[in-house]
Amino acid sequence: MESADLAAVWLTLKLATVVTLLLLVIGTPIAWWLARTRSAFKGVIGAIVALPLVLPPTVIGFYMLVVMGPNGPVGQFTQSLGLGLLPFTFPGLVIASVFYSLPFVVQPIQNAFEAIGDRPLEVAATLRASPWDTFWSVAVPLAKPGFLSGAILGFAHTIGEFGIVLMIGGNIPDKTRVVSVQIYDHVEALEYTQAHWLSGGMVLFSFLVLLGLYTFNPARRKAL
Amino acid sequence: MKNALFFALTAAFALNGLADTVQVAVAANFTGPMQVISVLFERDTGHKASLSFGATGKFYAQITNGAPFEALLSADNETPARLIKESHAVAGTAFTYAIGKLVLWSADPKLIDAKGEVLKKGEFRHIAIANPKTAPYGTAARQVMNKLGVADKLKPLLVQGENISQTQQFVVTGAAELGFIAFSQVIKNGQIGTGSGWVIPGTLHDPILQDAVLLAKGKDKPAAIALINFLKGEKAQTVIKSFGYELH
Repeated sequence: MESADLAAVWLTLKLATVVTLLLLVIGTPIAWWLARTRSAFKGVIGAIVALPLVLPPTVIGFYMLVVMGPNGPVGQFTQSLGLGLLPFTFPGLVIASVFYSLPFVVQPIQNAFEAIGDRPLEVAATLRASPWDTFWSVAVPLAKPGFLSGAILGFAHTIGEFGIVLMIGGNIPDKTRVVSVQIYDHVEALEYTQAHWLSGGMVLFSFLVLLGLYTFNPARRKAL
Repeated sequence: MKNALFFALTAAFALNGLADTVQVAVAANFTGPMQVISVLFERDTGHKASLSFGATGKFYAQITNGAPFEALLSADNETPARLIKESHAVAGTAFTYAIGKLVLWSADPKLIDAKGEVLKKGEFRHIAIANPKTAPYGTAARQVMNKLGVADKLKPLLVQGENISQTQQFVVTGAAELGFIAFSQVIKNGQIGTGSGWVIPGTLHDPILQDAVLLAKGKDKPAAIALINFLKGEKAQTVIKSFGYELH
């Protein structure tokens, strides 16, 4: 494997790791709220979280480019903070990927929270556990399979991301040139040998991830 | 009822068979002119042209894997030659249908001066080019930067589109302030339509030769042969020139 390919693999793993950690932090409260709320907004928020499941990545990427560009609201906001613009940067890819992979993390965790039901939480409350304590000592341990599924799916989905990166990445080595873009370049340049190495690696990786998911976490089928 | 439907479908397929249609793969940068040319082609010959626009490298992969294209209008001259060598295209039918012109363009009407001095100043965050590895316009853009001696200076500011259309998208949205794209993408009545730009002299890069070729699947198809001939004709050439391309 040439060094450009290795750099792309490394960058992709870095992106997926950062995105997965962020998604666990952001996705958990959203999943908890969606699982417990009786609010009228539950449907709206749930639908927004699920949007990336149905939207083509080109649509998301196109809007991200426009919104994060110099004339878009997010672009003007980041510029006013002195942060510059997000397209063509690693943080830009991270933010785009967080949105794109959100449902893959939120939904398994939400389902796991819902599966707990009210009873264990009520029991904890009668034992005078605070809501915060109940959440960490009861809900999170019981929902562990959901967290595991969410983390694995979020990680794997970010690894496989292509359309959005293509739209807002700009193909910069070590910053935005991830494996999927590198494969696309190899195919376009008719470098099929290199394309096979990376593509074959992706197939093997994805299979192993899913195999792990189904072998060690049979609850997943219920959780999703 | 069922019979009537069956009859209607059969009739539709039969009619379809009579009207000869050519399946054409067209390089993305030639989208505008080809849409005009296909109308003229259909009016003049009675054949139909079904157009697919995309990246030449992708078309190569599809054609060598059995895609039903009968003619290819490539963005380069290497792909048609390679397809002929591999017997996916008909030998002796490749010809240069257009020579691409490169332009440095910005959506900002004031950014780019008539001589491209803006490149030497380098007062911008990002400059977009098409991927030189896969897009002929990207290769040409890199040659221009080398020749002007600004390649090293601009390297950290470079962002790459996968093809010339995506590169234009970066510049149109302002995500990159300026970029090297095809003159055909921004031409209006013979000159740059909106924003500001510099039409780059052909002396600064190798000519961008765009070749067309009759593919193996179109070998005995009258519509495919007619299209190749039509592209060489005066009517098509007038259109091609009006979109800012040069001819051989």
